[in-house]
Amino acid sequence: MGQEASQSSAIEVRGLTKSFGDRLALKGVSLTIARGESVVIFGPNGAGKTTLVKVLATILKPTSGRVLINALEVKSSAEAIRRHIGVVTHQTFLYGNLTAYENLDFYARMFDVPRRRERVQEVAALVGMTSRLHDRVSTLSRGMQQRISIARALLHKPGIMLLDEAETGLDPQATGLLWSAMRTGENGEPRTIILTTHNLERGFALCDRLLIMGQGKILYEASRQVLDLTGLIEAYQHCTGVRI
Amino acid sequence: MSFWSKVIAITRKDALSELRTKEIISAVLVFALLVILIFNFAFGARPEAVDLVASGMLWVTFAFAGVLSLNRAFIVEKEDNCLDGLLICPMSREVIYVGKVLASLLFMLIVEAIALPVFALLFNLPVLTAQLIGITVLVTIGFVAVGTLFSALAVNTKAREMVLPILFLPIVIPLIVAAVKASELALAGKSWGELYPWLPIIISFDVIFLVVAYLIFAFIVEE
Amino acid sequence: MKRLILWGLGLVLMFLALYLVFLYAPIEKVMGIVQKNFYLMVPMGWLSLLSYFVIFIGSIFYLTKRDRKWDDLAYSAAEVGIIFTSLALMVGSIWARPIWGVWWAWEEPRLTTTLVLWFIYLACLLVRSLTVEEGRGATFAAVVGVIGFIDIPFVILSTSLWRGMHPPLIIFEEGGLDPRMRLTLMLSIVAYTVLYVVILMQRVAIRRDEAEVKKLKGLVSQES
Repeated sequence: MGQEASQSSAIEVRGLTKSFGDRLALKGVSLTIARGESVVIFGPNGAGKTTLVKVLATILKPTSGRVLINALEVKSSAEAIRRHIGVVTHQTFLYGNLTAYENLDFYARMFDVPRRRERVQEVAALVGMTSRLHDRVSTLSRGMQQRISIARALLHKPGIMLLDEAETGLDPQATGLLWSAMRTGENGEPRTIILTTHNLERGFALCDRLLIMGQGKILYEASRQVLDLTGLIEAYQHCTGVRI
Repeated sequence: MSFWSKVIAITRKDALSELRTKEIISAVLVFALLVILIFNFAFGARPEAVDLVASGMLWVTFAFAGVLSLNRAFIVEKEDNCLDGLLICPMSREVIYVGKVLASLLFMLIVEAIALPVFALLFNLPVLTAQLIGITVLVTIGFVAVGTLFSALAVNTKAREMVLPILFLPIVIPLIVAAVKASELALAGKSWGELYPWLPIIISFDVIFLVVAYLIFAFIVEE
Repeated sequence: MKRLILWGLGLVLMFLALYLVFLYAPIEKVMGIVQKNFYLMVPMGWLSLLSYFVIFIGSIFYLTKRDRKWDDLAYSAAEVGIIFTSLALMVGSIWARPIWGVWWAWEEPRLTTTLVLWFIYLACLLVRSLTVEEGRGATFAAVVGVIGFIDIPFVILSTSLWRGMHPPLIIFEEGGLDPRMRLTLMLSIVAYTVLYVVILMQRVAIRRDEAEVKKLKGLVSQES
């Protein structure tokens, strides 16, 4: 165990808790995700999905527990970890007053991306936004902003993608296209992906494995092979008490 | 060096955005000029009155203009949660602080560079001396050092715009006292040597608060 | 038990101080009976500074250790501190009236300094109540606490120099004080400091109880 297991897995979480003041948002989460695996996290609002993603993204610090990403400890090597992950959420992290190009160029500088200009063009082509690259972000539609946001997350060629409600504003057709852009890594191997979503059907279609969270804990875990959509809905209702 | 290139990238990004909208500089400038105008009516523009209150007027104007401009500094970072975007960049949190300090300093100095000559013109004062400009730059550094820290804090509170002045003004009172006294002497045509002991107070305030704010900044943006 | 001893000690010292103030210390020649105010004003002023030091310690340890108890200490010290600072301002004002003929004397740097301190205390308390998430409120208050403490020397220096006075080496330094007056002053300071510690400990204890009650309430509402 230990060293060997963490070498082979992309993400390893052991006994993670996170508290905000007196409120415990994560109450002991443990989870191992293999390289190239795609894992979807379901759960109602307040289940702790976003908190978990933010801890993995090194935006939040764990209160206790161990979090290893590519065998690096988040407490001690957060800066190195950030080079391995790309984050897309329902908020775009883009500056409305700057053009899409300027936004991408800014983040490319922050990630020390070599040959910035070419790389920005590359990721813009990947999300199909080459033609609108010099428009101000505030003039773009919500879906286009989300595409630019995905391009931003891909700039530094991360091996792991963290997607928190990332399909916000995107139509189903675009989602499929962008999914393959995010899923396919630089060397053709699939990227490791963790995503959270409200949409059970779409999430189910995309994942290798699924988790259901509620009240800061992982309540259910299953591989997609052993479950169909009806089974998932049943499990979801059983775990969360929410009727769909 | 990677630290400074990222600092400059943040400052450049803010400057670019400001260049396009001129949101902060134009609003703050108009505000500063209005304050000067109101002071004129409040105190009467008689030369003897102006001599008495000129330096105070100047620093009340700049302190309030500073609050206004610093308030905006982190509001743009919260709009599409860009602050989280900065937090996932591979760098220490302090880069954000220094980048924001430089951007706010730039905006404040531009506003002051326009307001000072207007002030000189309207009240017939010898404002454009090396001493007064030196004092203005030094005091503005102190304002921005403290203000950027509190601005990052204030955007996470309920009443964003109201919190900054409540935190910022009591802390910079020593700086304002020193600025008013030093400018008074400078307006009276005194040399650098006669600005003692105010100049050392201002400089040590700048240095100490830049260092402390730099060290403590991570606690504000991190949870 | 420890607290009870402290209570008792405070009570004895307080009576002793009253005795010294009104029966032992001589009446000042120029200012007369008004000068007795001094034995209240100086301890209050001292406590408004001491309390800031306590906030600073609490804040630094809270930021580095993330342990609730340090935040309880910093918060309680801010609350008790603002009470003593308010009292210092009131007593100072009562002192200023007969001596200078005005309720407020900007010329007096100690009074002005205390007023600035009062505003910094207020900032410390307000920032907590204005923050949405409770955990962050404690962090923010700690940041303001640290910055405010570092600001104090600047406040003292600038307000003293402002009116062309030399900065006081010790806040309550009074040259050529009658030895009986000095003794009375020292004892008053000790008595009020004990009182301060007692109140502070009490406040910390109440705050812990509050947190406990809140936790239990949360558990109860979860059960039902």
